[in-house]
Amino acid sequence: MIHAFRFHEYYLILDVESGALHSVDEPAYAVVQAMEKGWDIFALPYPERQIREIAAEVEELRAAGSLCSPELTPPKGTAGGQVIKSMCLHVAHDCNLRCRYCFADTGEFHGPRGLMAPEVGKKALDFLIAHCGNRKHLEVDLFGGEPLLNMETVRTVVAYGRELEQKHGKQINFTITTNGVGLTDAIIDYLNAEMHNIVLSLDGRPEVHDAMRPTAGGKGSYDIALANMKKLVERRGDKEYYIRGTFTARNLDFTEDVKHLRNLGFEQLSLEPVVLPDDSPYAILEEHVARVLEEYETLADYVLQSRQKEDTWLNFFHFMIDLSGGPCLKKRIAGCGAGVEYVAVTPEGDIYPCHQFVGQEKMKMGSVLTGELDADIRRMFAACTLLDKPACRDCWCKYFCSGGCAANAYLYNGDIRQPYSRTCEFLKKRTELALGIYAAEHRK
Amino acid sequence: MKHITTIEKPCINASANTGCGECQASCQSACKTSCTVANQKCQKQAK
Repeated sequence: MIHAFRFHEYYLILDVESGALHSVDEPAYAVVQAMEKGWDIFALPYPERQIREIAAEVEELRAAGSLCSPELTPPKGTAGGQVIKSMCLHVAHDCNLRCRYCFADTGEFHGPRGLMAPEVGKKALDFLIAHCGNRKHLEVDLFGGEPLLNMETVRTVVAYGRELEQKHGKQINFTITTNGVGLTDAIIDYLNAEMHNIVLSLDGRPEVHDAMRPTAGGKGSYDIALANMKKLVERRGDKEYYIRGTFTARNLDFTEDVKHLRNLGFEQLSLEPVVLPDDSPYAILEEHVARVLEEYETLADYVLQSRQKEDTWLNFFHFMIDLSGGPCLKKRIAGCGAGVEYVAVTPEGDIYPCHQFVGQEKMKMGSVLTGELDADIRRMFAACTLLDKPACRDCWCKYFCSGGCAANAYLYNGDIRQPYSRTCEFLKKRTELALGIYAAEHRK
Repeated sequence: MKHITTIEKPCINASANTGCGECQASCQSACKTSCTVANQKCQKQAK
């Protein structure tokens, strides 16, 4: 299978099964597509000699396994087997903000507000160690609500994790996702020392951010969040961070938010479409899709241009693509690993397939306090690979998104194996643009 | 080649010696609401 698409002046052809990317001239763009479809290439409006030249080049690349490659034979089993290697620890089901689009129901996750006791956090790490098998690299994301509301457990869990690393020969990469409001100098220095990655929630322009992310008292949170985040990033050196925003139906011109964030000096940026049911006033609806796709093109132009100069360079998460050292086929088929390799743990110690399923009683799959883990739910998620999603089989984007987000699919379609088409449209557009930017930056 | 320029060679490693699972879970980076697998580094190659 191939995917042919345009980006700026480029005619690009992705060889889906091998991942090879080719830039072609206009006649070759037509000939390769015609060959793929089994059409008569000599019916195309180009000189026969030219068509023969192109066909010969295609055959050479086909023989080398980089064009019109046959479907890959899927390896057996998911990536690395059935161990748990990643955990999202909900250290606080409470928040000092009242974000209007919060999938966590402003921190409560459709349950009572509460903080994870330090002992529960330690039990969660014990559970992770007990289920990680021979896996050396483990990940624990300190999440919420707002995790800074429970620094006691954050500190206890991290210190305990360091002990476990030594004892069991593991490497635990801690990450934290915070709204930044509670950052003090001491907390900044602590997080910069201990966290492998820090995700900072900031939506962009002050009016956009404040409209969606008020404090519990109803005031905007932009000023305080920004001041704290700037301080954290300035002191972070080369360690990983992301400024991670959300866009909604209210700011479909979100390139302006990315520009704003870059102009503030931040280089590592991510902006995600909001995940909300269609009856929300902020939801991105079918009628917004074309506008969002157009805006992604505007954003790609901005990103490509900005990356050409050192003082404006930026990295946009959804335009990152690794075409030389990316994941293996098994990983691409297994996907995100929710419910199998990745679980979320609530303040009470309950286990869910991922942070987005927390609070959905049907998806509760165990407890780190009892060690119980529901085999049926685990099997259901293990059987949610790319190969289990009929809608993905013939999609050119399948090895980039791995069949999409199970929580998205469940929210909109009630079935973790039926991808949500609106998200698919966004993913496909972002992937084309990412490949286009890659082509523009790597042209020979 | 005159008409086709390869920008990147085949990159999907389907060999038997893969699937160690040491790579990052894709939702643990910056998204948390979507699945973006193709930008994850292969931990074996990163070593």
